[in-house]
Amino acid sequence: MIGHAVDRVDGPLKATGRAAYAYEHWEAGRPLYGFIVGATIGKGRITRIDTEDAEGAPGVHLVMTHLNAPVQGPRDESVSFEYWRAQPELTGPDVHHYGEPVALVVAGTLEQARAAADLVEVEYSTGRGRFDFGEYEDDVYIPKVVNAGLPTDTEVGDFQAGFDNAEVKVDQHYTTPYEFSLPIEPNACLAEPRGEDLVVYVSSQIVNAARASVAATLRMNPERVHVVAPFVGGGFGSKLGIHSETILAALAARTLNRPVKVAMTRQQVFQLVGMRPISSQRVRLGAERDGRLTAIAHDVTMHTNPDIEYAEQTAATTRSLYAAPHRLTSHRLAALDLPRGTDVRAPGEAPGMLAVESAMDELADALGMDPVELRIRNEPTVDPERNVPYSDRHLVDCLREGARRFGWENRPATPASVREGRWLIGYGMSAAIRGHFQGPTAVRVRLEADGTAVVRTDMTDIGTGTYTILTQVAAEGLGLPLDRVRIELGLSDLPASWGSGGSWGATNSCTATHRACMALREKLLEAARGDARSPLHGLSPAEAVFSDGDVGIGGATETLGEIVARSHPEGLEAEGQVRYMGDEPNYSDYSINTYGAHFAEVGVDADTAEIRLRRMLGVFSVGRVFNPKTTRSQLIGGMVWGVGAALEEEAVVDPRSGAFVNRDLAGYLVPVHADITDVDAVVLDGYDDKANVLGAKGVGEVGICGAGASVVNAVFNATGVRVRDFPVTIEKVLPGLPPLDA
Amino acid sequence: MSDPDTGPAGRSHGETAPLSAIRLNVNDQVRRLEVDPRTSLLDALREHLRLSGTKKGCDHGQCGACTVLVNGRRVNSCLSLAVMHEDDEIVTIEGLGDPDHLHPMQRAFVENDGFQCGYCTPGQICSAVGMLAEVAAGWPSHATTDVASPQMALTDEEIRERMSGNICRCAAYPNIVAAIRGTAEGGTQ
Repeated sequence: MIGHAVDRVDGPLKATGRAAYAYEHWEAGRPLYGFIVGATIGKGRITRIDTEDAEGAPGVHLVMTHLNAPVQGPRDESVSFEYWRAQPELTGPDVHHYGEPVALVVAGTLEQARAAADLVEVEYSTGRGRFDFGEYEDDVYIPKVVNAGLPTDTEVGDFQAGFDNAEVKVDQHYTTPYEFSLPIEPNACLAEPRGEDLVVYVSSQIVNAARASVAATLRMNPERVHVVAPFVGGGFGSKLGIHSETILAALAARTLNRPVKVAMTRQQVFQLVGMRPISSQRVRLGAERDGRLTAIAHDVTMHTNPDIEYAEQTAATTRSLYAAPHRLTSHRLAALDLPRGTDVRAPGEAPGMLAVESAMDELADALGMDPVELRIRNEPTVDPERNVPYSDRHLVDCLREGARRFGWENRPATPASVREGRWLIGYGMSAAIRGHFQGPTAVRVRLEADGTAVVRTDMTDIGTGTYTILTQVAAEGLGLPLDRVRIELGLSDLPASWGSGGSWGATNSCTATHRACMALREKLLEAARGDARSPLHGLSPAEAVFSDGDVGIGGATETLGEIVARSHPEGLEAEGQVRYMGDEPNYSDYSINTYGAHFAEVGVDADTAEIRLRRMLGVFSVGRVFNPKTTRSQLIGGMVWGVGAALEEEAVVDPRSGAFVNRDLAGYLVPVHADITDVDAVVLDGYDDKANVLGAKGVGEVGICGAGASVVNAVFNATGVRVRDFPVTIEKVLPGLPPLDA
Repeated sequence: MSDPDTGPAGRSHGETAPLSAIRLNVNDQVRRLEVDPRTSLLDALREHLRLSGTKKGCDHGQCGACTVLVNGRRVNSCLSLAVMHEDDEIVTIEGLGDPDHLHPMQRAFVENDGFQCGYCTPGQICSAVGMLAEVAAGWPSHATTDVASPQMALTDEEIRERMSGNICRCAAYPNIVAAIRGTAEGGTQ
């Protein structure tokens, strides 16, 4: 079953609108509706807040501000992970960023709440905020660590000497903008009090974190918080933690002792959820004439919120990607009065590889060398900074297979040399690498007396295919047909997982499911062997075969259902677990990553510089694949994000107010159908025996890593114009276009 | 200061809005309800009729997640007030099929993995059904090379152009196009 292209088992529910997302649960009856009122300044203090008109408006039950909000638990940095910490709201009159909630209006209908929200009168004393990254990017500090606990700076050899002595050099600055996750389901929560307990229907990637965070904020016993998240309308990092809508719904529900639901408007999502930090990156590459790198440096400056530090690990992949004896990486932060930076799909890796893989293309151009060959020449034998072996590195295989399938040999050798009608045609490529992670996860599998299995964990399916691949793993583990396995996810009362994020969800939950199934097999065999009524009585368990709902030993067989019905009529259960990677020697003894190679062809309009993606191929090595269909979908999804980062996505800050001026889906462009032509992803056969017992690694983020660089490198190949200020848009390319009819 | 997100200040919101009694034909059933006149068709479906298969992604007509069929034509239900639809025939994702009786387009989306998180999916499917009807009726698009031709070719470019009002952030676009193409070629529309 593992490795088969099974259709999503939750597909029919989703395709018919029957899958219920956070805002869509009716078990609690008709709820009250909350609407968030956001600050209209970027920095300062509320001097007066008048809620009288709003409170008198039709249908209004509550207007909550900092003056009447319940006391909440403080954000506690001694809690290891940000997403498990309290996230208090409406704690005082200070405004830290534009759009910060200053009130929640709760009414009988959404229309009433929204109208009354307009009646909340707020006066501010406006302070001088720091909003413009360009103005403050030299006013930096050094964070203690960067995201995921990675070191802030690294140094190997003597970079400066290595770079000074290099025969060919690239020394360039690249900038990447604020970017947003923007799943199509906006952040939403329905909070329902049940006695002393609180049921929280929330759009969350990590149920265990949501429970901990709600409990810490509301100063409740976590056991009394019940998170429900069976379906999540996308996350991409923005739902790893809970946000203001959840806390405000929970506070209001407890205050009113009524169910209350709150969804962010799309515009509020831009101001309240956090974004990928803006970055300024300097990349220096020094090489010999034959293309071998001697020196690599990647220095990154980013914005951070002053109170909630977030340092994206933008230079981290540079530490493991290519061989070079002299190396340097660094991360610096400039504090701005903007929403907090947060994890957006492939944090660090995506913007970092956009810059570094552009620089590699610049080096290939300077050397007059094929960019594929340049990368192959710099393939390391061990992880060059950690000095440990790679577990299962197949980057070169991805590069060669991708070049072959794509027809890379047809690449225009000279930039701006191929024209088809009004289109200048170019090819570009890039490499991809991403670390693989593992975190604590428990899964319980139960066999019922009717021979069906139920898999239970608080793990989520955010579109990643969890329901489907756990079905496959359990079916294989127990020898059951797929339709006799049922999956229950997204409930905090189930065994805790690390949730969906960091590309670790599939391998964590599948490995734990597999282990639970193996433990169940032992229990089944023990029950059958010791039971004189079983045809398997006294036979050797070493020869047992689990298949099609039966256990067979030699010629004797019995169904799983029969064994359970006789020995454990109430059902037979086992739990499987996965440990934190810090407790697994393989994760310190080996550099465990996923790899890929992207190839893109673009057309650039010779008159207008309009850029159109014509086709794109990614070839990946991700260990063993649970389900080729859902894996391909996730990889293509990541590649399309790369296209968006290369050509479209950019949130723009108003330097006067700190507001995002293009805070909707008309102003912040994301790829749409017409932008995405022929995009495909291919996965090499593989098995990484160092990653886990199933040999599998994550696929959610490697697809975006490097993907954008292949597109911008193709734009260079088409036009001869190198843009380093991303995204690459028309006005940046147009001035450099070759003369017409040249 | 007025925040453009919440509408102009100074309107008289304090007065009780009288409810409007309306009659909608939703998925072949007559549904009578009393709604605030400010209620969008989207919110009437989701919050009053509890047909939450129709999704709210932006509430501004920018993402297409709320697409339903009104009298056979695809409409962004967030941009339309419920009271404007007296006696209109509305088909939502729930009306196209159910898990045991999938509409061919729904089945094609499942088989082609035309979604991941599933949140834009009802809008994509309703939009696709409406879009194929537009092509069959000979409506041209920006991608149509011969607008005079009575029978236009349903190229992938046509599908992509006509579906561009439906954003899929999971980016299942190639699979969605394959699902629509397969459904159209299956002649099941």
